[in-house]
Amino acid sequence: MRIAILGFGSVGRGIARAILAKNLDLAVTGLADSRSGIIDPAGIDIAAALARKEGGAPCGSPDVSPADVVAKADYDVLVEVTPTNVDDGEPALGHIRGALRRHKHVVTSNKGPIALAYPELRDLAAANGVFLRYEATVCGAIPLIHAMQEGLAGNTISRLYGVFNGTCNYILTRMAEDSLTYEQALAEARELGYAEADPTYDVEGIDAAIKLVILANAILDMRTTLDDVERTGITLLTPEALRLAEDQDCTIRLIGEVVPEAGVLRVSPRIVSKVHPLVVEGTLNAVTVGTDLAGDLTFIGKGAGSVETASAVIGDLLYIRDRHVQGS
Amino acid sequence: MKLEMRDQPGQLVAALQPISAVGGNIIAVIHQRETPAATEVLDVQIVLELPEGRLEKLLELLREQGVNVVRIGEQRLLYECTLITIGHLMHTDLSDTVDRIDTTGSAEVTDLSLAMPAINAPSSARITIRSTTREEMKKAIRILRSVAEQKDLLIIEPLEGV
Ligand SMILES: NC(=O)c1ccc[n+]([C@@H]2O[C@H](COP(=O)([O-])OP(=O)(O)OC[C@H]3O[C@@H](n4cnc5c(N)ncnc54)[C@H](OP(=O)(O)O)[C@@H]3O)[C@@H](O)[C@H]2O)c1
Repeated sequence: MRIAILGFGSVGRGIARAILAKNLDLAVTGLADSRSGIIDPAGIDIAAALARKEGGAPCGSPDVSPADVVAKADYDVLVEVTPTNVDDGEPALGHIRGALRRHKHVVTSNKGPIALAYPELRDLAAANGVFLRYEATVCGAIPLIHAMQEGLAGNTISRLYGVFNGTCNYILTRMAEDSLTYEQALAEARELGYAEADPTYDVEGIDAAIKLVILANAILDMRTTLDDVERTGITLLTPEALRLAEDQDCTIRLIGEVVPEAGVLRVSPRIVSKVHPLVVEGTLNAVTVGTDLAGDLTFIGKGAGSVETASAVIGDLLYIRDRHVQGS
Repeated sequence: MKLEMRDQPGQLVAALQPISAVGGNIIAVIHQRETPAATEVLDVQIVLELPEGRLEKLLELLREQGVNVVRIGEQRLLYECTLITIGHLMHTDLSDTVDRIDTTGSAEVTDLSLAMPAINAPSSARITIRSTTREEMKKAIRILRSVAEQKDLLIIEPLEGV
């Protein structure tokens, strides 16, 4: 199967490394970063592109734009792994629409287009007879969407809640462990590369809220937007509050929660018993899905990381490969 | 709360229907052998939860069923919920915050732990609320949330309900 990759950062390179390391039967015929692109129907030399990128150079030629790759390259699946834009989803949204209209499947890790335009993109994919898959948009390596769509098909999901943001979970873990202040724990998370220079998106609960919107719209058949999520971040938490929780064998975690029946969509710090399965350490993610037939299921795993997120993208790619007749 | 009645044939069954009719929830049914044991009469205690204001109606229905209620036990604060609040708790009159819950009558703050790290820094408090019914607890938490909004306090609720 032939793929074109848009975005050659942490996730894009993770995918490239996995393709090089394993026999996944995937040929890369298009590749672009923000400033360059390559189109090669015979298959791009991925190792060379990785070496260029890691040496600080663009991955391809400045004459080839991402839009050229979308419109002109020969591929079966567009892999869209560029940065998330939650305001209008662009330019990824346009690229995804372009590929779907060309009857190309799309796999993305980009939360923006899925959170903002899922119903439209789903219909566009269906109209063109192709798949649109987005496992990596929620909880990195955890195959939560696959599990809910396939493994739990036939169940009614009554509640879905958990730790959707590894950065916040790291900060709260550290505040509880060593009585660090929020600022100290954030500084440490930055040093380790777990938090961005501007951490707003994570610590204010926006990232978790976007993931809830994706799950609500794509899996739970709700029609919601980011504004519908009641949201409180972790910036005001104190080490004393964590200690007060600790005194009762509890701790505090940033929990995202969807209760479809009650229309609840909420991200907020919550008091959780330390023995609760959602109390995971460090940057891990954990999600409990409450269902009528299967009961409660809790998924725990890495919510981010280069190869970990690539795992979710590759799962989607192979899902498509196994279900479609390969293109010419 | 607790209802006590004689365990004569059919009394228990007759008591159950009215309880559910008024939206009550049975928590336990306890048979107690009376002393002296010779009488062979059992006392039955039903521990139950009732929506607010439904007790009179329940007693009326029980009378209609011919159930003989011997004693109505004390209304107990069955539900407990612990929350943490962060903010300028003293400047915003913590005792008023507590009062606003206590004045509901059926929920009250039964425990409060306060940590004040430094003057002018936000302080943190753990508040335990008890109530007679689940509804009352929800109401108390709603009150606390709206007070927190007015006073610019952060409220951290438990993940699992009350
Ligand atoms: N990293 C994770 O663990 C993780 C987990 C789950 C989901 N995600 C999502 O996956 C996506 C990619 O994340 P990442 O961590 O790989 O980001 P990243 O390291 O910042 O890489 C982004 C890549 O996209 C390229 N790019 C930027 N604008 C572009 C454009 N207009 N057209 C084509 N390429 C463009 C960048 O080009 P340059 O190299 O030229 O700057 C870079 O190569 C994001 O949407 C993120 O939210 C990431």
